[in-house]
Amino acid sequence: MHSWMKSQYTIEAKDMVKKFGRFTANDHLTFQVKKGEIFGFLGANGAGKTTAIRILCGLSSPTSGEITVAGYNVYRQTEKIKRNIGYMSQKFSLYDDLTVKENFRFYGGIYGLSRKRIRERTSWLLDRLNFMHAMNHKISDIPLGWKQKLAFSIAIMHEPEIVFLDEPTSGVDPITRRQFWEMIYETAAREITVFVTTHYMDEAEYCNRVSIMDRGRIEALDTPDNLKKRYQVANMNDVFVQIAR
Amino acid sequence: MKRFWGFVRKEFIHIFRDKRTLLILFGMPVAQVLIFGYVVTNEIKEARVAVYDKSKDAITRELTDKIVSSGYFKLAKRIENDRQIEQTFREGEIKEILVFEPRFAEKLQNERPAKVQILLDATDANMANLLQSYTSGIISDYSGNIRVEQEKLPGPVIRIHSRMLFNNELKGVYMFVPGTMALILMLVTAMMTSISITREKETGTMEVLLVSPLKSMQIIAGKVMPYVSLAFLNGVVILALGYLVFDMPVHGNILLLLGETLLYIVMALSLGIFISTVSPNQQVAMFVSMFALLLPTMLLSGFIFPVENMPWPLQWLSTIIPAKYFIILIKNIMIKGTGFLFIWKETLVLLLMTLVFLGLSIKNFKVRLE
Repeated sequence: MHSWMKSQYTIEAKDMVKKFGRFTANDHLTFQVKKGEIFGFLGANGAGKTTAIRILCGLSSPTSGEITVAGYNVYRQTEKIKRNIGYMSQKFSLYDDLTVKENFRFYGGIYGLSRKRIRERTSWLLDRLNFMHAMNHKISDIPLGWKQKLAFSIAIMHEPEIVFLDEPTSGVDPITRRQFWEMIYETAAREITVFVTTHYMDEAEYCNRVSIMDRGRIEALDTPDNLKKRYQVANMNDVFVQIAR
Repeated sequence: MKRFWGFVRKEFIHIFRDKRTLLILFGMPVAQVLIFGYVVTNEIKEARVAVYDKSKDAITRELTDKIVSSGYFKLAKRIENDRQIEQTFREGEIKEILVFEPRFAEKLQNERPAKVQILLDATDANMANLLQSYTSGIISDYSGNIRVEQEKLPGPVIRIHSRMLFNNELKGVYMFVPGTMALILMLVTAMMTSISITREKETGTMEVLLVSPLKSMQIIAGKVMPYVSLAFLNGVVILALGYLVFDMPVHGNILLLLGETLLYIVMALSLGIFISTVSPNQQVAMFVSMFALLLPTMLLSGFIFPVENMPWPLQWLSTIIPAKYFIILIKNIMIKGTGFLFIWKETLVLLLMTLVFLGLSIKNFKVRLE
């Protein structure tokens, strides 16, 4: 893809198919995600969300379809994709026996940031969280809510174009969830695309657009308001129930 | 490359912050060598022996002295009649009784065989065997000397002369240093790497690593690198302990010895990586390492029980135990001082095993990613 052709979309998928033997996990998914958008990726367990995310992150290659992530082809340019995305899983994925600072240093290091850059980013991100004082605390001594925010900060440490959040709020209390979504908004405001999966339907309301998957297909894709109008219901929870029924 | 060293650094932090890992890495090897060296020894030292001398002549006295002064035996009692024999064994202290027949010297002079009976407490069969062979060794040595002195006498001179080559004192260290090394290196490398890789799977950090620009080979290499160096250090410590504390000789080329040690470590590593690809969590990895590696390594490698004495299914099974080849290798290098030409087969087997396990791991890894 030539740079002048680079579109306003950071993720483009056209007829994305992934089969495991005779089972079709992703059945012709077509969607685009805009730069700086908060894109909710919903669906019941086993609907095919994880498979799709793995393909978009370059962990698994699709059976067919045209897919670009951050302008790079998922078949041939997975290395470049990996450099330009961040990822946070529901397990938060920090090293318990390392301190906050050491975790930042390690993850910054594997993305090839210089030491100076790691120091700058670490203090900037921790400062934003008001967490500078805990720089030398071990992760095992830190409460869950903080771990989650730290994991998110680490996922965007190398300033990726897109950050994938796989159920980032599972097991976290409502107040922390709210603070977390504030972080997501701030991040999106800096033109980083946020691709998020969640089980909480109130969170779906916070997204710019949501797609709802069911049995390997995208059944709906629109803004939360439009979806509620179309299904003539009051909240996203009812939208979800209607589709997944 | 810089990313890679950052990874190795992190791995060292994991190791040095975990007291259990440290203990397994550094405490256990030393403890095991010392325990095997001092406790699990099948050498004889001052075994208590009684003598029932029905002849009491110069020759029997001389022979008794020779046996007692060998250092293996200690004269604990003199017996004067047959009834005392059983009683002595029942008391349990004495493991062996030597019975010289009457007119022993006289019979010896006239070239009739003079008889000496060795009675053993065989409740401990291994011990009895050892004592018996030590005693007959000393006696036949002595009778050989007598024959040489009496060359004038006619008749064929038949002498049993067996010598234990390379280890004529039947020293236990010759077996347990290579064996402990095989065991410890296997434990440290295979078990620790498989556990540390599965831990990353369990905590979810592996996912993040896979999404990062690090290549999977870099991830694996970064994970195992610290264990290679620490296991190698361990190997050197065990060799040094064997050499300094237990007088284990190193007759062969030290570089060859270290090279083969490194090969064995890399083999154990590839096995550890393979285990981690088939284990969903740390418990399974630990369990598999324990039962699939440690026990066979101890029991089937020839470390404790000689392979030649096993029934054929077990002998067959022992051919796939890597430690068996490593033990053969380092015994050859250390004790016999053989060069590479004589051990290339064993080296090749270890090399092939490494390649097989690495190949299987890569295959499993790819399947999992699909």
